[in-house]
Order: sequence, then C-alpha cells, then structure tokens
Amino acid sequence: MNEKARLKRQIYELDFALHELVLFLDSHPRNRRAMELMQAYRKKRDMLIEEYRRKFGDYIVTVNDVPMSDRWKWIDGPWPWENNFLED
Amino acid sequence: MWKYEKKLQYPVNIKNPNPKYAQIIISQYGGPDGEMGASMRYLTQRYSMPYNEVKGMLTDIGTEELAHLEMICAMVHQLTRNLTPEEIKKSGFDKYFVDHTAAVYPIAASSLPWRAEYIQAKGDIIADLHEDLAAEQKARVTYDNLLRLIDDPDIRDPLKFLREREIVHYQRFGEAMRLSTDRLNCKNFYACNPSFDKNCGKK
Repeated sequence: MNEKARLKRQIYELDFALHELVLFLDSHPRNRRAMELMQAYRKKRDMLIEEYRRKFGDYIVTVNDVPMSDRWKWIDGPWPWENNFLED
Repeated sequence: MWKYEKKLQYPVNIKNPNPKYAQIIISQYGGPDGEMGASMRYLTQRYSMPYNEVKGMLTDIGTEELAHLEMICAMVHQLTRNLTPEEIKKSGFDKYFVDHTAAVYPIAASSLPWRAEYIQAKGDIIADLHEDLAAEQKARVTYDNLLRLIDDPDIRDPLKFLREREIVHYQRFGEAMRLSTDRLNCKNFYACNPSFDKNCGKK
C-alpha cells in the first residue's frame, strides 16, 4: 500500500470510529467520555484530511468537497465498488 | 434526506472473480436476512418509534445498513467481472446470467427475489425491537455460514467486518430495548403501546 492509500485508509478508520461513537451516543446521550473521544477523533480527522490535500491534492468524498475548476471532478473514477478504489 | 459519501465503509478489493461465491453472497443483498431488508426495516420503523434515542438509533443503523448493502454489491460485482461464457456455464451462474447478465439484482441465494415482507414494521416498540434483535442475529448466522463456505481471504476479510457489525447492532438494539421498557408502565408494558395509546404508562 502506498502512502496515499495508507493516509486514505487512516481517514476511513477515523470515519468508522466516529460512526461507532454516533451509535453509542444514541443510547448514551450523556456519556462524557464518548463525547470527548468524538471531539478528539474529529480533530485528528481534520488534520489528516489537511495533510492529504497538502500532499496529494483533492480529497473528494461528498459533492461539497469538489473544487470549482474547468471540470466537474465528482465523476472521476474509480468509484467505490470498483477494484483498487483505495489504491488509486 | 441522504447524501452520498464516495467510499465504502470498509474496503472491498477481490483479485479473483468467482461466480459460485457471488451466488451465495448475493443473499446478503436481497435475501430474507440481507442488508437491503435491514436498512428498509429500520428506516421504516422510525415513524412509529416514540423515543428520541431509538429514533436516532434506527436512523443511524438503517443508514449504516445502506453502506453494507453497497459493500455486498461491490463484492458480487467484483466476483462476476470479466467472465467467459465457459466460466458462466461451469459455475452454474448461467441461470442468473440469462435474466440479469452481470447486473447486481436483489435475490436470495435460493434465487427468490427480494420481498417487502422482509421489512417488518408492527408499530409497537416491543414487537419492533424484538424483530430487530432477531434480525441482527439472523444476519450474523448468515455471515457465519458464508465464512464456513468461503476460503478466499479477499472475500473473508470484508465478510468478517460485516459479521462484527451485526453483533454491535444487536448490542445497541439491546440498549434500546432496555431504555424503552424502563419508560413503560412496569405492571403493564406488554398491553400498552406508547406509539399509539396516548396515556400509556401514566394513569
């Protein structure tokens, strides 16, 4: 796995951890520890995305991430269900 | 509403196509305990759910199930790519191929198409949460069975991830059941329905 893929994977891992905290907080809405963890993971995620953009350019996961340029980059492949999505 | 995130919840990258495996994995897309039934069940049950914690849980777990459906479809798609007519005939994939070519169509391993009966929404918190707890266990057993039949590590890895998610969801629904029953009249919680009976639990 190259550095670009490794960084993407780290961001996805944080997305997963954040989602786990969402489910936990739904049934434990006053849990302070989970809230602190969420805060820390959000910060870490923002930092990693910033690092990714610095090193590799666009980080496009939602339509709002697409930069305005001469071309609509949202449609660029590979799409997630295709082989080597992470490695691209 | 929903917005698409252009990624899978957990990566799927299968090197070797295998239409035989695709035909059993597809059950977790369109089968009785598959991910399409799961997402539709939880998202449908939200409207008659009286408690905010459980509304949140059904929304967020139902949304995660959509991401699982996408992973299963990615697996079926990658397992059925670049097939020759000989491979299609030899693997028994011909019966599916004749109707759907290499599209990913929601059917069970037995070939029965997805049915709305798999959703289940009774409009009663005890009935619906028991349904959801059972559904998570049934999906977990289906993943266990797939893992008994499949030896390719590229396929086993995402299947193991999905199996673990069933266990986590079962845990969360168990908590939903506890906090719901805590709020019902302890002498009467099987006979009143807080989704429907206005004075339920406080006479």
